Amino acid sequence: MQWETVIGLEIHAQLATRSKIFSGASTAFGAEPNTQACNVDLGLPGVLPVLNREAVRMAVRFGVAIEAELGRRSVFARKNYFYPDLPKGYQISQFELPVVGRGQVEILQDDGTAKTIGVTRAHLEEDAGKSLHEDFHGLTGIDLNRAGTPLLEIVSEPDMRSAREAVAYARKIHQVVRYLGICDGNMQEGSFRMDANVSVRPYGDELGTRAELKNLNSFRFLEKAINFEVERQIDRLESGAEVVQETRLYDADKDETRSMRSKEEANDYRYFPDPDLLPVELDDSFIASAVKDMPELPDAKRQRFGQEYGLTAYDAQLLTGSEALADYFESAAREAGDPKLAANWTNGAVSAALNKGGLDITSSPVTASMLGVMLKRIVDGTISGKIAKQVFEGMWSGDGTADEVIEAKGLKQITDGGAIEKIVADVIAANPRQVENYLAAEAAKQQKMLGFFVGQVMKQSRGKANPRQVNELLTKKLRG
Amino acid sequence: MSLDRLEVEKIAHLARMQVSGAELDAVAEDLSDILDLVAQMDAVDTAGVAPMAHPLHMAQRLREDKVTETDQRDHFQAIAPATENGLYLVPKVIG
Repeated sequence: MQWETVIGLEIHAQLATRSKIFSGASTAFGAEPNTQACNVDLGLPGVLPVLNREAVRMAVRFGVAIEAELGRRSVFARKNYFYPDLPKGYQISQFELPVVGRGQVEILQDDGTAKTIGVTRAHLEEDAGKSLHEDFHGLTGIDLNRAGTPLLEIVSEPDMRSAREAVAYARKIHQVVRYLGICDGNMQEGSFRMDANVSVRPYGDELGTRAELKNLNSFRFLEKAINFEVERQIDRLESGAEVVQETRLYDADKDETRSMRSKEEANDYRYFPDPDLLPVELDDSFIASAVKDMPELPDAKRQRFGQEYGLTAYDAQLLTGSEALADYFESAAREAGDPKLAANWTNGAVSAALNKGGLDITSSPVTASMLGVMLKRIVDGTISGKIAKQVFEGMWSGDGTADEVIEAKGLKQITDGGAIEKIVADVIAANPRQVENYLAAEAAKQQKMLGFFVGQVMKQSRGKANPRQVNELLTKKLRG
Repeated sequence: MSLDRLEVEKIAHLARMQVSGAELDAVAEDLSDILDLVAQMDAVDTAGVAPMAHPLHMAQRLREDKVTETDQRDHFQAIAPATENGLYLVPKVIG
């Protein structure tokens, strides 16, 4: 039987506000436990939530970015369940009337074609606290600093058909929220969390029973967990068993998913409108002010890079991965006057060096303008592309600008015909047997044998001779 | 609509309330009466009436995104049954 995978994602993006969604406590990460949990966050009796304008503004920006219908009137609801890191016994969320309605994003598939993924909705809600299950004399420790941090829960349609598509969609949402500046996207700190609803069905059939995968805190784990889960479900169905609707936890160490709780005993959340909060009404002026400084979004930037700079779709995709990287490329390209060269170096040497050093583009020791100047030296013939690698390494390890490194290490390309001619003459004089062989060989073979002499000349000039000139001179001298 | 004892037990579990076996029938009857009242309201034709989210016909006022709270952990934890290293301690949730 041919099975088809069906995946929908729920993504929780922590909004980058200074204060919490319903209180004036700080949202800064990493504070001492419970020092940023005020009486509203603790759910003490008599307190009332007051909605943070910035959280609403950020949700609106997201809605506009994914071309969604905005909920002109949205309502907060209580989602009831019991867990010690949720002191009120309910989470304030949105249910029937979310702030962001139906929208969509486009992903690039492996074959380079685009696919549209529907976003069902995005709603505002408060985050819960953290439970620490290490042993406190048989008790559990609770830190409520995170309680009340604003979240935007982004729910997709079940439009993805493979783990790779799910990853492409998740990356796209990650990219959009970061471009918009509404979420820092830090997955280690839990600012961007993903749950996947996964089911399989015979091709074209009705939807199968789904399992919900939790605890996917990297794109790699998202892909691995889905692949494991698809295999598990197919194995069950093919052996005549059923798939149970349940929540499963991904264990990265064992690379497997395991059952957390089945839906039969799961909570009935008993949603109802929160009487402590009035409906939120978005008027035209609020929306206009929320979107007045919208940045150029990833898709538009990618297309512009293709048209304006003649880059391949692949290069443009990589360079628009983050706004900082795109800006880096553009300013290096402007300085160098050669966008394709700048694209190759940004995606090549710069990315490799950043990866190796575990650095972000914003902390690159070689700034965009430093790279641009170095590329200009390739364009104007001061150095060859090969020598540029040494110059780049020099700049990376703090030896100064391109011009300083070229000067200090004497890397300027030798274009002086007389100087090259002298080296060529020396090489010919020092290798009489090779010259003899060369002259005796057929024309077709000579071209190949020339490589030996070019190599010697480059070695003598320590790579600085202009290769084109070396070739010309050698051919002339050997034959003459 | 009438609830049976089993349903009342499930509702009690969701609400984390202990209802003794002796109380079950009486609670079932009370809850069923409430549901009957809801059923009466449910019978009213509400086509074209928007669900009410709040009895006040007003919109939510928004707060400026500013940190206004200071650390009052010691004050709050003075009434907590158990704390350690700044954490609130509660009975173990995961065994």
